[in-house]
Amino acid sequence: MTRHPDRADDPDRRSPASDSDVSTHVYLCTGCPLGCRLEVDATEEDVVEVRGFNCRKGERYGEQEHLDPRRPLSTTIWIEGATIRRVPVRTAEPIPRDQVRAVAEALRGLRVTAPVRRGDVVVADILGTGIDVIVTRDLPAVSPHNQLPAG
Amino acid sequence: MPFTAEPRHLEAGYDVVVVGAGPAGMAAALGARDRGAERILLIDRDVEPGGILLQCIHSGFGLHAFDEEITGPEYAQRYLEQVLEHDIDVLTDAYVMDVSSERRIKVMSPTVGVTGLDARSVVLAMGARERTRGAINIPGDRPSGVMTAGLAQRMVNIDGYLPGRRAAILGSGDIGLIMARRLALEGVEVVGVFELLPHPSGLTRNIVQCLDDLDIPLHLSTTVVGIHGRDRLGRITVAPVDDDRQPLLDRGWDVDVDTLLLSIGLIPDAELARDLGVLFDPVTGGPVVSGTMETTLPGVYAAGNVVHVNDLADWVSREARLAGEWAGALATGARRPDEDVRLIPGDNVAYVVPHTISRDGTHTVSFRVQRPIHGPTLLRVGEVHQRKVRAVVPAEMVTLKLAPRMFEDWTGAVLRIDAVPAEAVVR
Repeated sequence: MTRHPDRADDPDRRSPASDSDVSTHVYLCTGCPLGCRLEVDATEEDVVEVRGFNCRKGERYGEQEHLDPRRPLSTTIWIEGATIRRVPVRTAEPIPRDQVRAVAEALRGLRVTAPVRRGDVVVADILGTGIDVIVTRDLPAVSPHNQLPAG
Repeated sequence: MPFTAEPRHLEAGYDVVVVGAGPAGMAAALGARDRGAERILLIDRDVEPGGILLQCIHSGFGLHAFDEEITGPEYAQRYLEQVLEHDIDVLTDAYVMDVSSERRIKVMSPTVGVTGLDARSVVLAMGARERTRGAINIPGDRPSGVMTAGLAQRMVNIDGYLPGRRAAILGSGDIGLIMARRLALEGVEVVGVFELLPHPSGLTRNIVQCLDDLDIPLHLSTTVVGIHGRDRLGRITVAPVDDDRQPLLDRGWDVDVDTLLLSIGLIPDAELARDLGVLFDPVTGGPVVSGTMETTLPGVYAAGNVVHVNDLADWVSREARLAGEWAGALATGARRPDEDVRLIPGDNVAYVVPHTISRDGTHTVSFRVQRPIHGPTLLRVGEVHQRKVRAVVPAEMVTLKLAPRMFEDWTGAVLRIDAVPAEAVVR
């Protein structure tokens, strides 16, 4: 992979060669089909240099992925009184990557009752992330003989 | 519970009838309305409109259509709201049995029974279906627990069942990768994804976010060669493959699983078009279409995955809106353009859609490469246009825009589309 030419010429951003507390981390860029293998040199606190990118987006992705990797999470929860048994929900914003499993587990047993509307908040500030979990589709309440029991 | 029990113009007939109410069909109906079609009917076999979007609960939709990243159900609902605002008839729980070359449509539903209705234009927007075990002939027993990834997706996301407790996935297409994550997050043990090819079939983003994040192994150049189990799946045999994709059976190993999901590709659900006798593209498995998305039968249009399998719903809707616009225009008396330029796949191009275009319009040409090029790539449209891109892979459809000015000094009849390494081009 090539170093970005602008970046190679920028003396301020070059990592000091003898810096012993700098470690290198490898990430796969997800921005485009190129899938660049990014090498991120970082100290405990900050990113020193990103290598292997072919565009500015890739460079930013490397920094973000190292310092604060985030993922959108979607799942489904039980709904009663609707024509289907599960209603899809998602985090309103991407959440920290290492919280994804915990949030999915926290939502697993959740139950709501129809009607629900797209955008309804089912859990505010999930697990202290500061991010809400919202419904992603309308499901009207239906008359009892058209309902499916939630599992 | 049909969405609309009684279509309002069954007797008088419709300007435009759209078959399939997914991301293609809904966009087509809106396109037809844009061009002044008055009586529009959208038909779907499910009990509500939305198609496969409703089970695609993950985000990644809408970046192009709405300039915002949303999930499948949100994408469906936004389109449906527009469809209803535009007073389009939506008949659900209804199956289109036949479309005649005179555009008489035979539809069957609990509310209308078996009924014929006439359309000035028809848009085929039936989407695609998944390839199954039969398509690749995996030897072994025939137990339960072997199913397509999309079926498992519906079970988990809509019906509320888990397909099993310990699962393997064959094929690294995006649906398989997304289901690997989905099952893992629901507490299913996902032992691995097996891919016949030496490279993943899905997007890098899904490799990272669905597999790497959850420590699910991806075995490249490996396939399933045996399925074992009397009633329920108990075990599969997997084996690496050689350069000719032939399994090396002596190096195979067994994996205990009760569930095997197949994510081995989609094929256009194009039987209605086949019955109509329109010309097909043997590579896409869908009908041949012009720059207005018209099939070889006048007045019958097709768009979305029924024409070629797209990787984004947004592309499907864009293409289908165009089809709907022309279907609507034709129904209200517009003249069709003179589409006398043929587009054919050339170097490292598997197929091109559309198959013919006019010289005086603006066109979006979509194609898929055969092999990845991990570096500067030249995309060439005959002698009229070329563009350089950073890289191309078969998993990502490539699109190019063509404008009338490109044709000013060109008098040919056929344009060959190539995708070649940029440095290899001698000019």
